[in-house]
Amino acid sequence: MNPALLLLTDSRLPAGGHAHSGGTEQAIATGAVHDLASLAAFLRGRLHTSGHVAAALAAAACTLSATRSPDTLWDLLDAEADARTASPAQRDASRTQGRLLLRVARRLWPSPALDGLAQAVPNPHHPIALGAAAHAAGASPEDAALAAAYHAITGSATAAVRLLGLDPVAVHGLLADLAPDLAATASMADMGAHSTEPPGASGTPLADRSWAELPARSAPALDLLAERHAGAKVRLFVS
Amino acid sequence: MGANHDDHHHAPDHHGRALRLGVGGPVGSGKTALVAALCRTLGGSLRLGVVTNDIYTTEDADFLRRAGVLDQERILAVETGCCPHTAIRDDIAANLDAVETLEDRFGPLDLVIVESGGDNLTATFSRGLADRQIFVLDVSGGDKVPRKGGPGVTSADLLVINKTDLAPLVDADLGVMARDAAAVRGDRPVLFTSIRQDPSAAAVAAWVSEQAHSWPHEPVPAA
Repeated sequence: MNPALLLLTDSRLPAGGHAHSGGTEQAIATGAVHDLASLAAFLRGRLHTSGHVAAALAAAACTLSATRSPDTLWDLLDAEADARTASPAQRDASRTQGRLLLRVARRLWPSPALDGLAQAVPNPHHPIALGAAAHAAGASPEDAALAAAYHAITGSATAAVRLLGLDPVAVHGLLADLAPDLAATASMADMGAHSTEPPGASGTPLADRSWAELPARSAPALDLLAERHAGAKVRLFVS
Repeated sequence: MGANHDDHHHAPDHHGRALRLGVGGPVGSGKTALVAALCRTLGGSLRLGVVTNDIYTTEDADFLRRAGVLDQERILAVETGCCPHTAIRDDIAANLDAVETLEDRFGPLDLVIVESGGDNLTATFSRGLADRQIFVLDVSGGDKVPRKGGPGVTSADLLVINKTDLAPLVDADLGVMARDAAAVRGDRPVLFTSIRQDPSAAAVAAWVSEQAHSWPHEPVPAA
């Protein structure tokens, strides 16, 4: 694993992630998450739906970064992320986090690929920014996918600690229990990204499948929670 | 905050942008009232923007908007995920984003005020976010607070001690507060105010105005 991945996944990375709960605040407000067991189910669900999709998109973005001329294709890949994000509130949250991450990454690992992404899509979806940042930091598509999968559950877990006063060690135990799932998700995403080359990218062979074949696992409950959160009168987290 | 922002990933360049002023301090000390007073007093001579960091929802931003001291669009609210100090010190990304959004939309500006969520005595602004910072205390917290120090009290560019009108009611000795503050702050200024009695916060506004005019950005138009 590339050590830069530790920086990219550290909750102390100053890219605004601390203010996002990934639907946890609203899940708590509605009572869906109220204890350790319900949080465990919530995290597992997040990982295998939006986390899985984010991992695949991050791997694809990392792969695209490595091609000779990615600049004309960023908007296409970003559109694939849009197509997999039904809730407008979730799109906003993802693009806000993507923009802030991209800005941090451009200062930490200046690179033409990141400049090209910022030019083509100033507010990229978070997994797209994460994949491009991982490449700029020297990490592999599988690393990028692992970072995305990890990101999908850690912010939500921390938010539950803050909002429910759960034992933080017990909550970290849930994350540790999900470690095998994280690895499996990253590995699947990486294989997917390898077999889904950019459509017609110059210099890359056209594969059997295109980005349209990237996983599109949906989580309607997360979509609804995100929309409900956006309209909430009282909220501590952005999303 | 969404997909419609312009790209503002430019490097942090101090020149040619507004002075960024952080206003921090404990809950209820009068931060929002001070920001409203500054907008009221300086709005005619300085081009302003305000970012609020509420603990809950957009209470402070709504207060400022209702106060009518500034165009509503020039006030942005940032959520802080239960950690107001993180948002102004350790992970300033969302606040920087809001500041730069204001500058992109309404710039050039002379002054952007970032009001922190109410926090404790240890909360200070990162120098990556605020060029100057004001820490606001009030006398009703007790006259021992300046002596207790903490980074806000000791290192802020200006310490404001508000609600002096309450001093007799809470047995607070302003002389003790002034002496203790001077002991931990050295030459850095301390101003006593009662925004209830002086809604223009004249002395604080004069200090802020001086900071904005000496900031190396494009010349401020004459008032």
